[in-house]
Amino acid sequence: MTDLTAGLWELLFKGVWVTVQLTVFSAALGAFVAFVVGVARTNRLWIVRFLSGLYMEIFRGTSALVLMFWMFFVLPVAFGWQLVPMWAAVLALGLSYGAYGSEIVRGALAAVAPAQQEAGIALSFSPWQRLVKIQLPQAWPEMVPPANNLLIELLKGTALVSVLGVGDITFGAALVRNALGESAPVYTIILVMYFILAFLLTRVMRAVERKAKAGIGQAPQKGQGVLRKLTIPRQADAPSSDLSKSAGGA
Amino acid sequence: MKWDWSAVGDFMPRFWDGVLVTLQALVLGSLIAFALGLVWAMAQRSPLKAVRWPVMVVTEFIRNTPLLVQLFFLFYVLPEWGLTLSALTTGIVGLGLHYSTYTAEVYRAGIDGVPVGQWEACTALSMPRGRTWSAVILPQAIRRVVPALGNYVIAMLKDSPMIAVIGALEMLGQARQFTSITFLPTEPITVVGIAFIVIAYPASLLTRALERRLVR
Repeated sequence: MTDLTAGLWELLFKGVWVTVQLTVFSAALGAFVAFVVGVARTNRLWIVRFLSGLYMEIFRGTSALVLMFWMFFVLPVAFGWQLVPMWAAVLALGLSYGAYGSEIVRGALAAVAPAQQEAGIALSFSPWQRLVKIQLPQAWPEMVPPANNLLIELLKGTALVSVLGVGDITFGAALVRNALGESAPVYTIILVMYFILAFLLTRVMRAVERKAKAGIGQAPQKGQGVLRKLTIPRQADAPSSDLSKSAGGA
Repeated sequence: MKWDWSAVGDFMPRFWDGVLVTLQALVLGSLIAFALGLVWAMAQRSPLKAVRWPVMVVTEFIRNTPLLVQLFFLFYVLPEWGLTLSALTTGIVGLGLHYSTYTAEVYRAGIDGVPVGQWEACTALSMPRGRTWSAVILPQAIRRVVPALGNYVIAMLKDSPMIAVIGALEMLGQARQFTSITFLPTEPITVVGIAFIVIAYPASLLTRALERRLVR
């Protein structure tokens, strides 16, 4: 552990910054895609529903790494579009995780009571007004906990870009490994770094969830989110502890 | 766009080799994930805190860190500790270990879904703990979670190209090798991308059908 010089640490921390940037940009693109596709899947016209469903099946069906390779190696040869590696990565991550996100958006919209929609029609709201003023505000809090899981998947997905030579944490680790000639310390360190990033992401999303739930007058559910077991005192798990208690009492 | 069908033809023999390796990794990885996930899930219900906590910490850690880095860890660090595995074996162990932390959550949800009365009935009949699990709880819990497990098999399929990065020649690995020989990236990578959709889409239809049958 102590073998890492300041210069090598700097490589890793530069990588952390690139990973954070990648996560933020891909999440922004992914959220945009998720909302557009998710809303389009509830459209009245079958052709819009079909096309958005097709998009989702294609981008969810294929592997993010293969998609990344395709954008990086095939687009320049086949179409003559040479993307900067960073943006090819953001595009591939945003498009594929956006497809996963569109299911979250669609599910949350479908969970809003139909009477809300009907009330909007009765008050002669336009479809756009119904979406923005009635459906989305109520669906939003439902979206946050699954979006948290997806964001952590995205954060983990950013490690793939190192394969394309983008200087993220994993790429930095490969350089440090070559410099040190030893793998155990550096890979342990970066696993912990990813874990800390995931932990921070969960904290932020918990705050977003609290705010979103408060906006429609609900308290956040206890024990949600990926890291719940580390962050929230574990409630006595009913059956086994009941058993041991009753066995002890008897 | 230049598309050369003869290049597709040339790639085919390698492609089928790659498909075999992908499926091999998927099947063996799933077996590890199913078995190990059950171990994690049952350990998390252990009456001993000394068992529950370490398992919880380890599974959370593995679930929240990237599979790719875990693969590098297994591939580079295990040999330093004196255990050298082939790229494919490392990949299978990595996939299985990573996804076991997901299947553990699935099993946990299934076990939580078994009514408390079932546990109490076992206590009333003074069934030993092993038999409570094997004859009462697990048969009820696992039936319900089969579709969810299927979803993770599909997710594992889509993560399987990562093992190409450590040198296992599955579909993407074969495509990369073909590209490095012929300098034709378009056809092999596109074929591999489509192959994933062709495998994953019917599989996802299958899990949806299972969901309708088994989860009631």
